[in-house]
Amino acid sequence: MRRAELSMALVLALLSVYLMWKSSELPIGWIPDEGPGGGAFPFWLSVGMLGSCVWIVVRWVLRSSPLSRSKAPYMTGDVAIIFAAVAGSLTVMFGAIHFIGMYFAIPLFLIFYLRFMGRHGWLNTLCIALATPVVVFFFFEIALRITLPKGWTEPLFYPLYDWFL
Amino acid sequence: MLELLAQGFGIAFQPLNIGLVIAGCALGLFIGAMPGLGSVNGVAILLPMTFLVPPTGAIIFLAAIYYGAMYGGAISSIMLGIPGASTAVATTFDGRPLALKGEADRALILAAGASFIGGTISVVLFTLFAPPLAEVALAFGAAEEFALMMLAFATFIGLGGDDIPKTLFSICIGLVLSAVGLDIISGQPRLVFGDIPGFMHGIHFLVLAIGIYGIGEMLWTIESTRGEVTVSQANITVRRVLNTLKDLLRTMKTAVMGSLLGYFIGILPAAGATPGALMAYGVAKTISKDPDSFGKGNIEGVVAPESANNAASTGSMLPMLTLGIPGSPTTAILLGGMVIWGLEPGPMLFVEHEDFVWALIASLYVANLFAVVINLAFIPAFVAVLRTPFTILAPIIFVLCVVGGYVPTQDMHDVWLILIFGVVGYLMRKLDYPMAPAVLAIVLGPLAETSMRQALLMSDGSFAIFFNRPIASPIMIIALLLLSMPLFNALRKRLWPSRPSEDLRRH
Repeated sequence: MRRAELSMALVLALLSVYLMWKSSELPIGWIPDEGPGGGAFPFWLSVGMLGSCVWIVVRWVLRSSPLSRSKAPYMTGDVAIIFAAVAGSLTVMFGAIHFIGMYFAIPLFLIFYLRFMGRHGWLNTLCIALATPVVVFFFFEIALRITLPKGWTEPLFYPLYDWFL
Repeated sequence: MLELLAQGFGIAFQPLNIGLVIAGCALGLFIGAMPGLGSVNGVAILLPMTFLVPPTGAIIFLAAIYYGAMYGGAISSIMLGIPGASTAVATTFDGRPLALKGEADRALILAAGASFIGGTISVVLFTLFAPPLAEVALAFGAAEEFALMMLAFATFIGLGGDDIPKTLFSICIGLVLSAVGLDIISGQPRLVFGDIPGFMHGIHFLVLAIGIYGIGEMLWTIESTRGEVTVSQANITVRRVLNTLKDLLRTMKTAVMGSLLGYFIGILPAAGATPGALMAYGVAKTISKDPDSFGKGNIEGVVAPESANNAASTGSMLPMLTLGIPGSPTTAILLGGMVIWGLEPGPMLFVEHEDFVWALIASLYVANLFAVVINLAFIPAFVAVLRTPFTILAPIIFVLCVVGGYVPTQDMHDVWLILIFGVVGYLMRKLDYPMAPAVLAIVLGPLAETSMRQALLMSDGSFAIFFNRPIASPIMIIALLLLSMPLFNALRKRLWPSRPSEDLRRH
């Protein structure tokens, strides 16, 4: 934890500095008759972020916060594996949405998660994986008239639109 | 006022709305009962789904979820010993020991009864307080608005109980994220990170809320519920319910205390139901004749936090509706939702959308009643739900996050941001960075910035404007006092070390 605490504070401090730099592209000072410039609000708040990070680091050096004394690992091996699997499969699903659309990416993700992460039987897995996109389709496309991204699979949906809309 | 309330009931009892109240309560109970899902997660993830119904119905539905979740949280606190939502943490202290003694049913009935008392008292108080407060708030200008927001953030630092520099960081980053996009006053793009077009429309508050409370929360729960959990048994019969009602009458004093305390903590901007329930538990223990029995299955230890968290959830809607300052993370998301529907919360809401306000208030009465009935009638069903493996629920929630995150702006850019916020939020939360302040900040950010810039323009750049106006100055002073509270606490700890009540939070 101790190392993670410091690393996180340093990364966030870098982010703060970056945000300060980006904010200062707009005027951060006082503009007569207009009030504070457009960059002032985010700039000074980024300064606040940086200040908090410095404060966290100071406490880390003094070992005055519980985490800066903790010797427990930030993430144990088995947690790291689960985290990587979940975050990884989400990333793959999000990426796949651009190509094969939501209606194919979602069932693939569900099959992976239910069958291989959750170790549920094929019957349960397939029921949920196939029912979910159908429900989503009727709720969003038919009831709400919001089209979800479909990527290459767009033409497959033309007959469905003709039917229901 | 009664006339207006009657009109409100007229709207709340329309078939669609009453159906939404019942559905919301049942769903809320389920959400509250599942470990890892609380009112804030439910409201954040389901908000995009409510675009299906008219705005009044949508808000009534979300408020009913909020309400039901306060009831539901107790179910897993008692049956699993894991709080179903952070608001029900205090309920585990005595609810779990009761369940282990074989009195799970008694604890569940008491929790439902206490929730009902808390809900009823607070809704009545709400009805009485809201109109006059809204009237006072009509006189508020930019300086007062900004002072109120300072108060909300100061509450997090003073009463949040989290690490102070990390809370401060969370507030600041939430406000910075809210500043992304076009600057409202000069119209220039800012913080668009190399002209990525997705940032031009700003970062929608739901993107952060779904990221943190959807993806981030799921990652957190997957990690924390890896072990097997044991569900206690509970048999509910009419006779048991009647017997337990006697217990409830005996603990009425505690329930009323919890309700009032919870209500007023709830009203404080940003504080919400979790500190309200913890404080009510602490007070009940302090004033009890037998404080040692707390933590070992004292029924007052269930009644106090359960009445308080329900009262606080209603209380937190008071500043949200009348002042436009949310009283809890969940109401922050509700507030954002209302803005989407063009029902800008604040004093003008009581003038311009009177029908809506009273329909919402009436629906709270209705929701309170339905929640207690559904809760008691379906306790076995909710207990069965607790056995649903998390590996089924989690992927479905991930799917809801993806679809729900896409709907408000219909931009894949935002869906990716949800993933990033969720993962980073989870990694930060592991290091005790609180996330609620950031979500509140991104909702309030645009308002905070405009009111500050307007106020400073009026005063020609002098911050004195926040301290020399009759309403703004006391609010600012309270905010500063709250900000200095941790300093005061640290000093006190150094002067009088070791106070037993201090470790209540660490439970």
